[in-house]
Amino acid sequence: MNMPFYERIIAFTNARLWRLTHVDILLLLALLILMTGGLSILYSASGQDIAMVERQVVRLSIGMVVCLILAQLPPKYMRRASPFLFIAIVGLLIGVLLFGVGAKGAQRWLQIPGGPRFQPSELMKIVMPMMVAWYFANRPLPPSLKEIVTVLVIIAVPSLMVAKQPDLGTALLVGVSGIFALFLAGIGWRYILGAAAAAPVAVYSLWHVMHDYQKQRVLTFLNPESDPLGSGWNIIQSKTAIGSGGLYGKGYLEGTQAQLNFLPESHTDFIIAVLAEEFGMVGCGLLMCAYLLVIARGLYIAANAEDNYARLLAGSITLTFFVYMFVNIGMVSGILPVVGVPLPLVSYGGTSIITIMATFGILMSIQTHKRAR
Amino acid sequence: MGKHHQVFRNYRQEHALTKRRVVVAAIFVLLLVGVLMGRLFYLQVMEYELYQTKANDNRVMLVTEPPPRGLIYDRHGVVLADNRPIHSLTVIPERAARLAELKEALNPLVDITEEDWAEYESRLKEYRRPYQSITLKSQLSDEEWSRVSVDLYKLDGVQVEAQLTRYYPFGEAFAHAIGYVGRITAKDLERVDRMAYQGALFIGKTGVEEYYESTLFGKPGISKVEVNARGRIMSEIERQNPTPGKDLHLHMDARLQQYAYDLLGSYKGSVVAIDPDTGGVLAMVSKPGFDPNLFVRGISVNQYAELRDDKRLPLFNRALRGGYPPASTIKPFMGLAGLEYGFSSWTERYYARGYYQINPDGRRYRDWKRGGHGWIDLERSIIESVDTYYYQLAHKMGITPIHTFLSKFGYGQTSILDLNGASAGLLPSNEWKKARYKEPWYPGDSVNVGIGQGFMVATPIQIATANAALAARGHMYYPRMVETIDDATATFDDNDGVEHTITLKDQRNWERMVDAMEKVVTDSRGTARRLQGTEYDIAGKTGTGQVFSLADDQEYDADSLDKRLHDHALFIGFAPADQPKIAIFAIFENGGSSSKPADLSKALFDAYLYDEYPAEYDYFEDQGR
Repeated sequence: MNMPFYERIIAFTNARLWRLTHVDILLLLALLILMTGGLSILYSASGQDIAMVERQVVRLSIGMVVCLILAQLPPKYMRRASPFLFIAIVGLLIGVLLFGVGAKGAQRWLQIPGGPRFQPSELMKIVMPMMVAWYFANRPLPPSLKEIVTVLVIIAVPSLMVAKQPDLGTALLVGVSGIFALFLAGIGWRYILGAAAAAPVAVYSLWHVMHDYQKQRVLTFLNPESDPLGSGWNIIQSKTAIGSGGLYGKGYLEGTQAQLNFLPESHTDFIIAVLAEEFGMVGCGLLMCAYLLVIARGLYIAANAEDNYARLLAGSITLTFFVYMFVNIGMVSGILPVVGVPLPLVSYGGTSIITIMATFGILMSIQTHKRAR
Repeated sequence: MGKHHQVFRNYRQEHALTKRRVVVAAIFVLLLVGVLMGRLFYLQVMEYELYQTKANDNRVMLVTEPPPRGLIYDRHGVVLADNRPIHSLTVIPERAARLAELKEALNPLVDITEEDWAEYESRLKEYRRPYQSITLKSQLSDEEWSRVSVDLYKLDGVQVEAQLTRYYPFGEAFAHAIGYVGRITAKDLERVDRMAYQGALFIGKTGVEEYYESTLFGKPGISKVEVNARGRIMSEIERQNPTPGKDLHLHMDARLQQYAYDLLGSYKGSVVAIDPDTGGVLAMVSKPGFDPNLFVRGISVNQYAELRDDKRLPLFNRALRGGYPPASTIKPFMGLAGLEYGFSSWTERYYARGYYQINPDGRRYRDWKRGGHGWIDLERSIIESVDTYYYQLAHKMGITPIHTFLSKFGYGQTSILDLNGASAGLLPSNEWKKARYKEPWYPGDSVNVGIGQGFMVATPIQIATANAALAARGHMYYPRMVETIDDATATFDDNDGVEHTITLKDQRNWERMVDAMEKVVTDSRGTARRLQGTEYDIAGKTGTGQVFSLADDQEYDADSLDKRLHDHALFIGFAPADQPKIAIFAIFENGGSSSKPADLSKALFDAYLYDEYPAEYDYFEDQGR
């Protein structure tokens, strides 16, 4: 009982209970802090709609259950299943392109006959890093050029299929989750720099395959004032909300942009603007700290995982989670174009909560199934 | 799998590689978080004030509430311009169906013209706060109102708004004097405070309504309200109630105005009656008139074209802008000018032949009486309206003294104080002719001006003003429409003069001239002897304005000429002659004989002085105090 404070914490995290239940208590605590903060912002952003907050609690709880169940599954089973899962989900994506249902010109869902409909692209976010990690699991690192090209094809096929639905936000996340695994596998810096140099060419060719509404989003991003009442409205209003929050914010439930509905999508994609308006830069800083806790724990797990498969998968999952956050805050604050990426675990609704929590389940599994040394 | 990978694997090294990559990734994560925080710092600290202002601009809206417009009354309290509630059909485009569907839904219910729709579409393209309504049709009939109201629940974004609008109960007889209000145009907004007119529907376009716009308009109420993004008012932050516009009480007598208009019958023409003691305009008629309410409602292109293209020029304000030769009504003034500058006297006698010649074999300036009048003097030249007397008098005087003297009575100037758009007419001079025709003034030019013809052009308001100054024995009031504003006497800027006294070398000449004008009625050969038989004395002078000049010796045959070419018939007069209460000028365009305006004037004198009007004018009595 005379142990120093930090030793007590280590002792707590290593407690038998957590090892038995396969729960990574630090990651769990970080996630709970993030969720609690997110729910209080949602209460304000929803116009104090407690029913909406309750529905979000239900979703987060389901996500938590999924997380804890997956945590029980040893990584080796995941590794063995990876290629089969990948092929299966690619098959489902083909199904979406052929028989998908959806709205507003986008086909994103598959209807299970007599059941609910679901979005295979969400599952691809999990399976993509699994597939790349599996590919490198039994190959020496760093990868050869031939292996890099093979992996790039593995990444490109499902990403392009998702982009074709079209769902640019998810395609981006599917793509980066694979790329991150590739990066962690130790791909040579000369390839990375080469890709960076080729990026402008890629952007140029991407412009020509984009849908008109996607082009419009980019144009609006570049000059929101060109259509202040139409497509520029969202970004102008969200910047106004953020900027008018100042350093300390206007106070909880006092944000005029959010409470008077000037801010569109305030409870979903643009929820960070509500926080920024009501709690200012300080509030945003605290939220980012909560994210950094999750990410730091994730990267720690990745760095200390048992084998290449686990390292690549854990690292990719964590970095993809970061990309979620970065793209969302970047688009709401006007430094990235508006692509439909929610603020992870804070934005209302979406199947994304379940998939994100599933990936954290994988992280916990990786951390808690290590053979004792 | 993996069988072909027989390469030696250094697992420790591979682990170290991935670890390094994790560290690199962690650094990238921190860098990118730094970028986000930097962005937030830029928006929330550096640009804070800009966005705070933007957020407040979003949230706080100034709503202007148009004030009720001041009413316009006649001298007895009869309302000449009233406010009435109307119902307008407005649309909030964000809530309403698309244009085609909206048209389909509304067209069977309400009579909306293609122009209304075009106007609506153009308003759609202008900048507008989201969820702000646009007026689609500004005046619904009661029938339309009830039809729309029944269906309102299924018409999203369509609403019926109640507003006050102008109504002119007596219509066309008053249209030119009172003027009218109409929809505000972009051009109107250039001369007023845009902010004050936000939400206002109408602005004075002509007449009293236009001149007194700022007085009648009042001050709009302004409330600062907090609105949500849908434009719905959530709370009121601050409020300032509108100040209603001020009421105007005119000198005008509504019955006299209407009576004068009616007495012109089917003729075009103008009547202006002035109170010589105040310069107040008792009546100002321009016939034909038009229904000013058409302009309030928003006149259709066809209706407007019909009025504009009407040969009788109903939109033309003859009283202020009609240019006529004053004809023989100028003679009393010409006579006074002759006396003033020593070119004539009351005693000097003159032999009036049938014509006047400057040179023995020159052009003959004919008298209206073929045989001439024989031996006459100045007084008789007024009574019988002897043209040749004034030919020779003007010839002797030349144009300069004529110009100087007539200027004092307001000829050649716009003297009406509180109406815009009056014409200055034309009081010719040497300089004018040089500038206009690059020619000197010829003696013959003076001869024509002597009988109020030739180059001289005057408007009814000018002739009436001069007449009133004569009635007041030289006290010249610039004419004015408004007597009191709310309860305060209207005051006018003294810059250009609002009144002045014309002093003659011999002030007795006023009375003698008035006597001569009385004899125009009482004398057995007076040109207005038909007006005899009143209990009060009338002083008057007839006039016949030539529409075109007849050639030398050409016979004048009234019947053979097209009516449009008939001479204009004019009359000036005032009564009672010794203490005039009312001075009238009347002109019947192509009226032929001056008996028409003389009879009209007598009827108006009777009515005004005895306060007795035909029974059909009793309804004005009921409206008044």
